[in-house]
Amino acid sequence: MTLNQLSVKEANRALKLKNTTSLELTKACLERIKKIDRQIGAFITVCAQEALHQARYADRLISQGEEKPLLGVPISIKDNFCTQKVKTTAASKVLSDFIPPYDATVITLLKEAGAVIVGKTNMDAWAHGSSTETSDFGTTKNPWDTKKLPGGSSGGSAASVASDEVIASIGSETAGSIRQPASWCGVVGLKPTYGRVSRYGVVAMASSLDSPGPITKTVEDSALLLNILAGQDKFDATTSSEKPENYLKNLEKSISGIKIGISQDYFKECDRQVTQKVQEALKVLEELGAVVKEVKLFDPKYAIAVYAIIQRAEVSSNLARYDGIRYGLSRDNFKEEAKRRIMLGTYVLSAGYYEQYYNKAQKVRTVIIDDFKEAFKKVNLVIGPTSPSTALPLGASKGSPMFGEMADVLAEPSSIAGLPGINVPCGFSKDGMPIGMQIFGPQFSESLILNVAYQFEQNTQFHKIKPKL
Amino acid sequence: MNDKRLATSEFEAVIGLEVHVELYTKSKMFCSCSADYFGKEPNTHVCPVCLGLPGALPAPNKQAIKWCVAIGLALNCQIPTFSKFDRKNYFYPDLPKGYQISQYDQPFCVNGHVILSNGKKIRITRAHMEEDTAKLTHAKVDGKNVSLIDFNRSGVPLVEIVTEPDFESAQEVVEYLKLLQQTVRYLGVSEADMEKGDMRLEPNISLKRKGGKDLPKYKVEVKNINSFKFVERAIAFEIKRQGDLLERGQVPRQETRGWNEQKQETTSQRSKEEAHDYRYFPEPDIPPIRWSQTQIGVIKKSLPELPQVKLARFRSAYGLSFYDAKILTREKPTADYFEKAVLAGKKHGVLAKQVANLIINKKPDIITVPPVELVQNLIAQTTTRGISDETSNKIAQEIIDENPTVVKDYKEGKTNAIQVLIGKVMQKNQGKAEPRKVKEILEKLLGAR
Repeated sequence: MTLNQLSVKEANRALKLKNTTSLELTKACLERIKKIDRQIGAFITVCAQEALHQARYADRLISQGEEKPLLGVPISIKDNFCTQKVKTTAASKVLSDFIPPYDATVITLLKEAGAVIVGKTNMDAWAHGSSTETSDFGTTKNPWDTKKLPGGSSGGSAASVASDEVIASIGSETAGSIRQPASWCGVVGLKPTYGRVSRYGVVAMASSLDSPGPITKTVEDSALLLNILAGQDKFDATTSSEKPENYLKNLEKSISGIKIGISQDYFKECDRQVTQKVQEALKVLEELGAVVKEVKLFDPKYAIAVYAIIQRAEVSSNLARYDGIRYGLSRDNFKEEAKRRIMLGTYVLSAGYYEQYYNKAQKVRTVIIDDFKEAFKKVNLVIGPTSPSTALPLGASKGSPMFGEMADVLAEPSSIAGLPGINVPCGFSKDGMPIGMQIFGPQFSESLILNVAYQFEQNTQFHKIKPKL
Repeated sequence: MNDKRLATSEFEAVIGLEVHVELYTKSKMFCSCSADYFGKEPNTHVCPVCLGLPGALPAPNKQAIKWCVAIGLALNCQIPTFSKFDRKNYFYPDLPKGYQISQYDQPFCVNGHVILSNGKKIRITRAHMEEDTAKLTHAKVDGKNVSLIDFNRSGVPLVEIVTEPDFESAQEVVEYLKLLQQTVRYLGVSEADMEKGDMRLEPNISLKRKGGKDLPKYKVEVKNINSFKFVERAIAFEIKRQGDLLERGQVPRQETRGWNEQKQETTSQRSKEEAHDYRYFPEPDIPPIRWSQTQIGVIKKSLPELPQVKLARFRSAYGLSFYDAKILTREKPTADYFEKAVLAGKKHGVLAKQVANLIINKKPDIITVPPVELVQNLIAQTTTRGISDETSNKIAQEIIDENPTVVKDYKEGKTNAIQVLIGKVMQKNQGKAEPRKVKEILEKLLGAR
């Protein structure tokens, strides 16, 4: 095992026991990136010098006995988080030369926790997509099969973790953008409750949905990172005043008696192999004492319509600031996908259409929220496949404007309801591609979700299988 | 056609007003940058939020929201318990986010009114909160025509107050504007300094047939006027312009016009067809605001006595004329000063009316001259000027003649007896003379005997 393969927990232990240094660890990650990222293309920017500098600083602190939850641990960040003095592009040419003068709140928290940022990862431009194929800086490849897509929009983050280029990564999800690439790349991806983690400094996609979250090698790392990220932020008025929990606390708890709901509609459009692996996973959970029962939820297809309208409406407004006057390049650098969303969003908000589209979508959104509330009176959590298929081949998203909606169909209902969810690897297809299952629950149920995910992971060990690169 | 000509014409004016008032909160509406931008070095009061950088989010200023509600309450508005911010989407270089955070269909304040001096009720449709834009300057730099943007003003809190089309003349409009200016100053929420652009006025004007019930089918909005005088002129200009068109059988275009200061006329800016579709939708970055009755009650309680109420009280409590009370209540510091001076003068028998006259005529510097000093000066003045020496002598002599016993006591060495005489003189001259001076006169007269 090489240093870059460590989990956060393992890295923390190694650093604490002085078995390694942050400098060695960081160098190992940078070496790995140097060696394989030409194949994977997970990074838009690698900040080697800054990372080495941060690592040396971390080592000094460690030698002084300082203890911080991420002290000296090299991580990657999706390129839609503003990082002071480090280029932040959101994978769009429009921002190809944009160097933010400030850090996103998430970055501030990570820096305070001692993290070493090795680079900024590739994504779909403006987070519009589920493939990274809309990136203006090339497509990221899936580490399990470089002829396949990593998923997206946080595809670079998921690929960087899956290929052990870093110890962990931070992504963001609007509807599926953490869970789906985590599923396709065989890693753990947590989308927290909307408002649990600050959006301040994250290039806005759909403001009422965007949720930053960790992409990690293990469930425990996910809990560890959420402990750092969760909490109210005075710079983000939509963050919740609800006190964050210690998400590591309940991992070991027995899940006996936990009621898990499954909805047939979530399996309808799935590949047979995906369905099969998720069903096997449910059996594992039953063996651990969980009670699996049918629950009636709205067909995810309604969520697609609602999501398509609300997300594009917000996108059309959020992208208006990129006028090239104060920073960035001119607007003719926007590509097809962004333009399509701007046009659609502008249309649904236009006088005479607002009622018909945006307003109606908001009403249906409320109905979906209520539907989940009802369901969570009967079950504690819902489990289903994360994505209907395993990773699709390169090029699959081209010419398919609703590609994202199809790949994320199973993440969209819980996203528009603002619910938390996680992807955990639950097996492999015959051709060796990872399959993921998602566990989602009521608002602020992260602790329970992580508990069930951890128990599953510890009893299956899929997370220990690594891609051959 | 001015208002006078209108009186004889077959049309009458229908005027509504939109007024933007800039609040003087310490910080801007959605970030912690200083809101005090006037005369500051350009682009020094800026941050990621008010520059609209990627990822920046608005954090609403609670003080500004409370002040907006205070303005609403002062204008007799209802404060709905649910309110929200919306995005008003349009492109302009002075708008860094490509949208302005404003309020669309659920503003903080609705359904208010004010009463003008002629007894007319002007209905206030709404008062809502929004953010100011940056400031554009069109200049020549190195021989090239350029537009410069100063973002110091970007995000400064504004309250927009909208009336129903209840005004019929420029005079009514100006009276309302002065009252509004006075009110926000009383509340201490804005300097309402026209020169600094703290108040921006947008009248919409149309004409209807005299006595007609229906509103005209068009309206002309005149944008961003920054003085009461210009608003008066713009209205007069529009009444004439539209009247001429109507008399010729034409219907004025529904449009937005601007006031041209040099030409002293309004000029067309954009027509109805070119009107923006602002694509309003609820601002997802700010959760809706829910008020409890208690919270609104607290703001209501904190309101000072408002100009019109104070004016009425000054008239009834101090017996002042409408004119005097109006002048004294124009600005709250003057009104407060007056009341302190009246209180100080009371001990010396100085009348409120005398204090009022002195403040109105002499215009003392209320910052450097304390009210007590003003009263002392008044007493001194009264002795020399308020009542002539001749009269003083005459009254003193009368008192001496009317009180032989007291005079006798005094002459027999009971010097304290003179106090009795002083008291009687003061009573007779209604306290208009200074007691010290009266004593001198009496001593002289008694000594002369």
